[in-house]
Amino acid sequence: MDLFEYQGKQYFARYDIPVSPGGPADTVDEAVREANNAGYPVVVKAQVQVGGRGKAGGIQLADDEAAVREHAGNILGMDIKGHVVKRVWVERASDIDEEYYVSFTLDRAEKKHLMMLSREGGVEIEVVAEENPDAIVKIHIDPVDGLSAETARTACTDAALPERAIDGATEIIVKLYRCYTEGDCDLAEINPLILKPTGEVHALDAKVTLDDSAEFRHPEWEDFKGLTVMDDREKMAAEKDLQYIGLDGTVGIIANGAGLAMSTLDVVNQVGGSAANFLDIGGGANADVMAGALEVINSDDKVKSIFINIFGGITRGEEVAKGIVEAMGRVVLKAPIVIRLDGTNAEEGRQILLDAGIPEDKLRSEPTMLDAARTAVALAS
Amino acid sequence: MAIFVDENTKVLVQGLTGGQGKYHGLRNRDYGTKVVGGVTPGKGGQEVDGIPIFNSVADAVEATGANASFAAVPPKFAAGAILEAAEAGIGFVVCITEGIPAQDEATTFNRLQRDFPNTRLLGPNCPGIISPGKCNIGITAGEIAQNPTADGPNVGIVSRSGTLTYQALYELKQRGIGVSTCVGIGGDPVPGTNFIDCLAEFQNDSETHAIMMLGEIGGSAEEEAAEFIQANVTKPMSSYIAGVTAPAGKKMGHAGAIVSGGKGTAQGKMDALTAAGVKVGLNPTEAGELMAEVVAAL
Repeated sequence: MDLFEYQGKQYFARYDIPVSPGGPADTVDEAVREANNAGYPVVVKAQVQVGGRGKAGGIQLADDEAAVREHAGNILGMDIKGHVVKRVWVERASDIDEEYYVSFTLDRAEKKHLMMLSREGGVEIEVVAEENPDAIVKIHIDPVDGLSAETARTACTDAALPERAIDGATEIIVKLYRCYTEGDCDLAEINPLILKPTGEVHALDAKVTLDDSAEFRHPEWEDFKGLTVMDDREKMAAEKDLQYIGLDGTVGIIANGAGLAMSTLDVVNQVGGSAANFLDIGGGANADVMAGALEVINSDDKVKSIFINIFGGITRGEEVAKGIVEAMGRVVLKAPIVIRLDGTNAEEGRQILLDAGIPEDKLRSEPTMLDAARTAVALAS
Repeated sequence: MAIFVDENTKVLVQGLTGGQGKYHGLRNRDYGTKVVGGVTPGKGGQEVDGIPIFNSVADAVEATGANASFAAVPPKFAAGAILEAAEAGIGFVVCITEGIPAQDEATTFNRLQRDFPNTRLLGPNCPGIISPGKCNIGITAGEIAQNPTADGPNVGIVSRSGTLTYQALYELKQRGIGVSTCVGIGGDPVPGTNFIDCLAEFQNDSETHAIMMLGEIGGSAEEEAAEFIQANVTKPMSSYIAGVTAPAGKKMGHAGAIVSGGKGTAQGKMDALTAAGVKVGLNPTEAGELMAEVVAAL
């Protein structure tokens, strides 16, 4: 789950990482209230999960209440690269001496955590990596050992942070590592990490991606839900716990396993069709899950045929078949189904489908993935 | 021969009293795998279909001489189960659990490497391993795997995706090609066993004559494998990379499967493998056809 900046800052605050005083606002009046609480001057910042909001006019400085009204009015509802701004974050403006960059993420190749620290913050780290790679200090951290304050301090020195910034930066880095690990982040990034004229160091922005798998031990994440941008189909799928991604084609896809689902998209594409979605019903899906998946696909008007590609392992063929029969009793499917069923209990599954007596213009069985793809694509065109 | 597991492997099922553990554990036994015990804390002394249950892995190892374990436990207990098996001296742990937090995975991997270098973890979030005719640990339907022949040629399979693993087995079975061992390494960010570990074993396995590798978008494991193949693998190979048509920036189900910042694309991986001399198919069936050609030429 990607957090909005204000959610990231709220998350940072839980780990005692200093952020500017401020609050979220969905209306101009709320923005004024938050500005009055924070104290002027303030910055009004569009809350969208897309880069380049500053250039688009989504970040504005306001010296007084009138300016807050004007800017919040302009920014709320603004379209930034297809993302409509529904919320702004209003915070006390900071005096900035210097801007740094720090982040933690998992380096999959090294199987260790990776800290990146740079004196050149406030710009995209990819740009720094390209133009001045020596300006980024990279440190691998063994998760068993964790990150010590000494290591963090050495990194600050290596990154050539000025002496007066080192104590503050070290402290924040250690806290950010705690947030990243205990807070189960896939990514915890501060860009920019600022040094104020007073010598204080604090987080001016927050980019946090939470690891969805860790949700069971973070009841506090409940607060972050609900604002994520999803289309209706994606919302419906999320409610049914399905891995769904909406695409633009005409062949609805249901498969078990991410690899097979991706492969199904590939095959449909190769035989001249296009997929309407990616939908992985996961391992061990039962009849109910299959019925739910069909409902999601059925809600997509673009879908002209449905390709169900199942290779049973943990998923059992008879459950898949039962789900299809159940779904066809529950909803009127707008498009015909082409199914390819193999693996665990595939025989039983095929028998259940036969016994259900579904007419061939509603459901067809094909022996291989390629055959099924060809039939589904032919039906969709 | 086979890699990692064979007819002498004695398997414990951690979580044999649970739904998934029981279903797949018993199927593994029915396939012919030596399933010698189950482990569920607090249920020691019970039996599941004649298989004794123990309170701890240590107890089970002492009583049965088990040398492998099948961890079929929920995400929040998975890291603990893996480390418990390692502490009890188990040399090969298969963890099928999906949805283990990445932090737990990273910590467990490094803990194993440091404190239990003799324990190999396969997974998590993987379908397991099958040495056809000898041993099947995990969730693979054994009947889709073709037994190897004494003289070969036999193929070793390694795959990052569960269902694609089955698809690969099936493609070879359709063509009557025997399989030495099929390893599903799983699609999570920190797999205990990676492509290179398996490629090295297959290269040294006298029963394996060719290798089929199934990858997917995201990360750089396939590119690293390609480098290894170039330098170390002399056996012929075919491959398929899932996700040619995947849009950038969208996580395709697996935590690992995402194209980000132009990295981890299927095309990049296919190019790297082709450059290393691997025959790359555009779908699993094509990879199977290519393997059939490779085998016919041996």
